[in-house]
Amino acid sequence: MDSTYILLQNYWWFIISLLGGLLVFLMFVQGGNTLLVAPGLNDSRRRLVLNSTGRKWEFTFTTLVTFGGAFFASFPLFYSTSFGGAYWVWMLILFTFVLQAVSYEFYSKRGNFLGSRAYRAFLVLNGIAAPFLVGVAVATFFTGSEFVVEKDNMTASLMPVISRWGNSLHGLEALGNAWNWVLGIAVMFLTQILGAMYVINNVDDETLGKHCRGVVRRLALPFVLAFVAFVAFVLTKDGFAVDAATGEVSMQPYKYLDNFLEMPLVALVFLIGVVLVLAGVGVTIFKERNRRGIWLAGSGTVLAVLGLLLCVGWNDTAYYPSTLDLQSSLTLSNSCSSKFTLRVMAWVSVLVPFVLAYIAYAWRAIDRKKLTAKEIDEGEHTY
Amino acid sequence: MVENISGSLIDWSRAQFALTAAYHWLFVPLTLGLAVVMGLMETVYYKTGDEKWKRTARFWMKLFGINFAVGVATGLILEFQFGTNWSNYSWFVGDIFGAPLAIEGIVAFFMEVTFIAVMFFGWNKVSRGFHLASTWLTGLGATISAWWILVANSWMQDPVGMVFNPDTMRNEMVDFWAVATSDTAVVKFLHTVLSGWVLGAVFVVGVSCWFLWKRRDKAFAVRSIKVAASVGLVAALLLAWTGDSSAYNVAKTQPMKLAAIEGLYEGGNGIGLVGVGVLNPSKERWDDGEDAFLMKMEIPRMLSLLATRDMDGYVPGIGDIIRGGYQLPDGTTALSAQEKIERGRSAIASLADYRRLRAEGDTAAASAARAELMEDMPYFGYGYLSAPGETVPPVGINFYSFRVMVILGGYFIAFFAVVLFLAFKRDISRFRWLHVVALVTIPLGYIATQTGWIVAEVGRQPWTIQDLLPVGAAVSGLEVGSVRTTFFIFAILFTVLLIAEIGIMLREIRRGPEQAASDVSNDKKA
Repeated sequence: MDSTYILLQNYWWFIISLLGGLLVFLMFVQGGNTLLVAPGLNDSRRRLVLNSTGRKWEFTFTTLVTFGGAFFASFPLFYSTSFGGAYWVWMLILFTFVLQAVSYEFYSKRGNFLGSRAYRAFLVLNGIAAPFLVGVAVATFFTGSEFVVEKDNMTASLMPVISRWGNSLHGLEALGNAWNWVLGIAVMFLTQILGAMYVINNVDDETLGKHCRGVVRRLALPFVLAFVAFVAFVLTKDGFAVDAATGEVSMQPYKYLDNFLEMPLVALVFLIGVVLVLAGVGVTIFKERNRRGIWLAGSGTVLAVLGLLLCVGWNDTAYYPSTLDLQSSLTLSNSCSSKFTLRVMAWVSVLVPFVLAYIAYAWRAIDRKKLTAKEIDEGEHTY
Repeated sequence: MVENISGSLIDWSRAQFALTAAYHWLFVPLTLGLAVVMGLMETVYYKTGDEKWKRTARFWMKLFGINFAVGVATGLILEFQFGTNWSNYSWFVGDIFGAPLAIEGIVAFFMEVTFIAVMFFGWNKVSRGFHLASTWLTGLGATISAWWILVANSWMQDPVGMVFNPDTMRNEMVDFWAVATSDTAVVKFLHTVLSGWVLGAVFVVGVSCWFLWKRRDKAFAVRSIKVAASVGLVAALLLAWTGDSSAYNVAKTQPMKLAAIEGLYEGGNGIGLVGVGVLNPSKERWDDGEDAFLMKMEIPRMLSLLATRDMDGYVPGIGDIIRGGYQLPDGTTALSAQEKIERGRSAIASLADYRRLRAEGDTAAASAARAELMEDMPYFGYGYLSAPGETVPPVGINFYSFRVMVILGGYFIAFFAVVLFLAFKRDISRFRWLHVVALVTIPLGYIATQTGWIVAEVGRQPWTIQDLLPVGAAVSGLEVGSVRTTFFIFAILFTVLLIAEIGIMLREIRRGPEQAASDVSNDKKA
């Protein structure tokens, strides 16, 4: 395989990992929505939360869609194997996002059929379930799934299916592995912490700010414990290594630890990410006047997830391993698009900084003034 | 592990995709159409500084926002369903098909969601010019998104710019511009987006006429009608033109679809176009000898003219296409469906041989098998079919859907012409019969766009990729029960969301533009 092709595969894994990091960060919207049922908040403060996350939910949603599209374009065998196989996990994630997408617009409107409480419940359901299930799904990148990929099946007339799942639970079996739960819980707590920090930054309301700082204080330890436990598990477990010459997949002790050691830059990105998340949590808890925790923890989240995903994909590692048939495991080279398509897409990705720039510009234009109860009462487009 | 693909699995998977696509397409065309109408209204506000235009634009923006959310929600499922329910498809053509989806996300969706936020929340926070640009960029984002998803859809109907790679067992893109700018893609984009503009115009005119019927907000309603009906008339006329191009393109690339649309079992030269007809329900197979129609009224030689640009041109019927033997436009003789099936089976067998021989290291024999495969590759998908009759899409639904779409398309031209005349030359508020007609026209707009997509998608069955991959070889290996369950979950969910959306829309409409006016006065206070 020529070096440009390998470079393009690695480049696209980087883009996917970056989008994954951005998605987890932007799930502060989901985490923030759990505040809608927080005891001790009155209706007007809940409405502030709703309107604060409500101005950003479409970014999260679009990042999810783009993440899917980019994964499809660059690693179609993953799209085919994981989405078609772990059917129920993905369907549940999508289902909760569908509920969320309409809930903002419908929540406070008259004639909304189900009543505001139902839409609030949808937002909270999405806020808890989506980050948890995304965490579980990502954990399977390290723990493995049960599937078989056999491309020769295309020549079988009765069952011309390339990727087949090994059980009828179709992804729900991932809940049988405690480590998948651990990452799911860590992501869930992280998004709730990020959500609280975002509200602190975005809303001008002292009581709400105090409440959110309390949320960060309460969830910080459980999050750190779950996260550290998962990282310790990953660094000490056997990993799914790929022989670059033959493509053969084998188990290798301490593979992920080795990956970090052999890719010090990736390790550095990951460590900086973790430190930034902790710094964000720290300033939020210990500096009562500091509202910028979200930017520290948010950028830290992007970097930490980026580092973790690069660790599971780069350096001759099978990023979507099969525990049923080791050789069916997905690697960058056996699951990627053609060199031509990756190159075309690489040109398209040149637009990404431009897209990020106008998002940042428009975001700043809207958020220059903090959200207040007065603004909502005065009838701007509100939820 | 699922051991074979059943017809039931295929049908439920198709039903789920059809359900999602149909629901999605209830919301998207209104987004496309309203974006233009409210963009024009805000432009007038920007130029004149007249607050009443701001109020008018904001009223329609409110409805736009309600509609937009459900469109976004249904679109998510649509995208991921290619992976969840059509996993084989995702690998077999993902190298080509995935790219437009990714570009849609990167280029279009982010533009849409970034500027929709400015449009809704930025009235007091950004300049008037920035706000106007944001409104137009929201619509532009939606339109660019339509471009890329329609590029993807067009490629399924008219696969170009790729070659099959037996080593990776998939089709691979070799010409991006051929994919992105094929005739089919250009025509489909124009036709589809224009249909959205027509629907948006029909919606605005209909809702505005409701205000006139209720004798309230007259000035607002007339203003809205003038803008929307102008957009609607231009779009409806262009729609007829792109519809003609679309039919011509279908005749070239999907002759079986055209034959099904026309209920044309036996073709020939100088074929007439069935204007109105009743299909014979006793006709169940293409070769059962029953007459196709109980009655029909034809425009002589018109189908030949539309399909070949020649009044005496040859248009093959379903029977002709299955039997083959007629001369194709490139001078070659058409193969029969049975011959295509045999060549398809031969392609699949050569593919199996190639992979086996290559694995055994017999390079020369593998190379020969590969050459045979490439020769038969244009018929690859036929190898998964068991009988020629499977190449025939359902005729009834195509025939009637097409006629409903075309007749309504013609009606919209007349409708907008009358509305425009009365809005500009008469006092439209006095024509109460028109108010009723305009209200009834709203559902007709939805019926027209839905039937259009039914023709596009049902007409190409059994293919997910024309001639390359039938539905049976594209589907995920899931248990039928799983797909059936998600089908009902989404059917219930989407229906509930639709009921809620309609309920909210009706409330907001009843509240009327005064609410937008109070928002504007609040803006001033702020």
